[in-house]
Amino acid sequence: MRTRSQKKTKQMARILTYFVLVIAAVICLFPFIWMVSTSFKPMSDIYSMPPTLIPKNGTIENFVEGWKGANFQLYFKNTAVITFLATVGTVLSSSVVAYGFARFQSRLSKILFMVLLGTMMLPTQVTLIPQYLLYYKLGMVDTIWPLIIPSWLGGGAFNIFLFIQFFRTLPKELDEAAKIDGANSLQVFTRILLPAVKPVMLAVLVMALVFNWNDFFNPLIYLNSNDKFTIAIGLQFFKGSQGNVQVGQMMSMALISLLPVLVIFATCQKYFIQGIKMSGLKG
Amino acid sequence: MRKPGKQKKYTTMKKREARNFYIYTAPWLIGFLVLTLYPILYSFYLMFTNMNLTGIGEFVGLDNWKYAFTDDTLFRRAFLNTLKYVFMFVPCSIILAFFVALLLSKKVKGLGFFRTAFYIPYITSGVAVTILWGWIFQKDFGIINYILSLVGIKGPNWLGDKNVAMISIVILSLWTIGNNIIIMLAGIQDIPQSYYESAQIDGAGSLRQTFYITLPLCTPTIYFNLIVTVIAAFQVFQQPLILTNGGPLNSTYTAAMHLYNNGFLYGKMGYASMMAWSMFAVIMLITIVVVSTSKFWVFYDD
Repeated sequence: MRTRSQKKTKQMARILTYFVLVIAAVICLFPFIWMVSTSFKPMSDIYSMPPTLIPKNGTIENFVEGWKGANFQLYFKNTAVITFLATVGTVLSSSVVAYGFARFQSRLSKILFMVLLGTMMLPTQVTLIPQYLLYYKLGMVDTIWPLIIPSWLGGGAFNIFLFIQFFRTLPKELDEAAKIDGANSLQVFTRILLPAVKPVMLAVLVMALVFNWNDFFNPLIYLNSNDKFTIAIGLQFFKGSQGNVQVGQMMSMALISLLPVLVIFATCQKYFIQGIKMSGLKG
Repeated sequence: MRKPGKQKKYTTMKKREARNFYIYTAPWLIGFLVLTLYPILYSFYLMFTNMNLTGIGEFVGLDNWKYAFTDDTLFRRAFLNTLKYVFMFVPCSIILAFFVALLLSKKVKGLGFFRTAFYIPYITSGVAVTILWGWIFQKDFGIINYILSLVGIKGPNWLGDKNVAMISIVILSLWTIGNNIIIMLAGIQDIPQSYYESAQIDGAGSLRQTFYITLPLCTPTIYFNLIVTVIAAFQVFQQPLILTNGGPLNSTYTAAMHLYNNGFLYGKMGYASMMAWSMFAVIMLITIVVVSTSKFWVFYDD
């Protein structure tokens, strides 16, 4: 009798678990469905009550008009260039720096490692103003340089830290064996260590891609002219110029801007999950 | 006794190793000196000046601080709003992330699907989804208020009511906590199965297992999430800027927005630096409180 009622509560708990998870998943995904739905609706459908999920008079006019409404083609190109250069820089420089920290020592290496960890806690605001003034004096405001240079100079303490953690799991005998075969320290890095941490490399790569594609704050600060805008700034600018009038066009352009991220995510989901799990390791 | 020759060889090896260390860490070292250390020191100096966008200005002593605490009513407002956001968002996000991760850890079917569903809002979080939520929150034609109307509730003016707007921004932020969920899930999955097995033998039910095994053993992960989330939450900027632009009646105007406006719209770089340091001070203070209380509630397995 008792086991039977226990079984029943267990079953109830299981049903409840799925119920809550499904609701949560719907809450997470429905806004995107709504975005797609609105994108394909003509104005009259958008403002009709009750709203419909499937557009009654489906149209692609929002995409056509929105695309013409601002320089979106250019914004896409600008974002792609910045994202590409910044991502390459992040992967290369963070792995090289991590190699230095993981495999070589000097009198200051321990202190510098602590400093590296400390910079992760530093809010960006503290360095923002002098950085801006520095780029201003170098004539780099309203160019893509301020958006790329930091990626080539270490590419973020967190990425360096990730690489260090994984280089340290590789036995030093690997290096020694390669050195006996005549490899120099750079070759040890490129031929032995880097291939061994490929999953980390891919995790850093996909996270950097998405971060740079989505980045709003840095382009907002550093880019002033319309022909240099990224997609994030372009969307915000488009919203400002259209107000709330052209919801359909805004949704369709927002949707298009998300497509690259969704494609990267769909194809590389494994590495994102890996990256996030690894980020929890430092706790 | 070491032979002198060996000693010498030893030091040259050390030297070479040190040289390699500096060669390979050079990109970060340069970046740290030029883009972090120098800016920290310089911004400390800047907060005592009235520097403008082009770097022209003079030393004004404590004027920026005086102005902030006397005439600039928005300074206080921005900090209070930010604290309000942090105290609403951070506890909710930790509890929600733990709860969802706990459900996901119950060997559910379709784990991959759920994980993807929760993670997509995080990965896409940016201007596009913020604009999307502006439409979802719309008071007359927004989908939330339509759904509420189906069950007979008249939804609020989500972004236009000064008592509700900050809550709306918290809701949007809670929608994007997929990464916290995955970190929590990894933390829960790291707990050795043997603990649960011995608890079962002792007759502990599922709820007791959660409170006496999962929750305590997950506290290091919660602790990590808490610190990272607090620091990020205090810098909230993009969502209020795009959704409400700080309104209505400055009810969603945050510290980071005040910094941005003063620095980049009004060109008051000295004042913006003062903002940056006051934000840093408050963040440090909260972090220190969290760290110093951690020994009372964070359990380490070993």
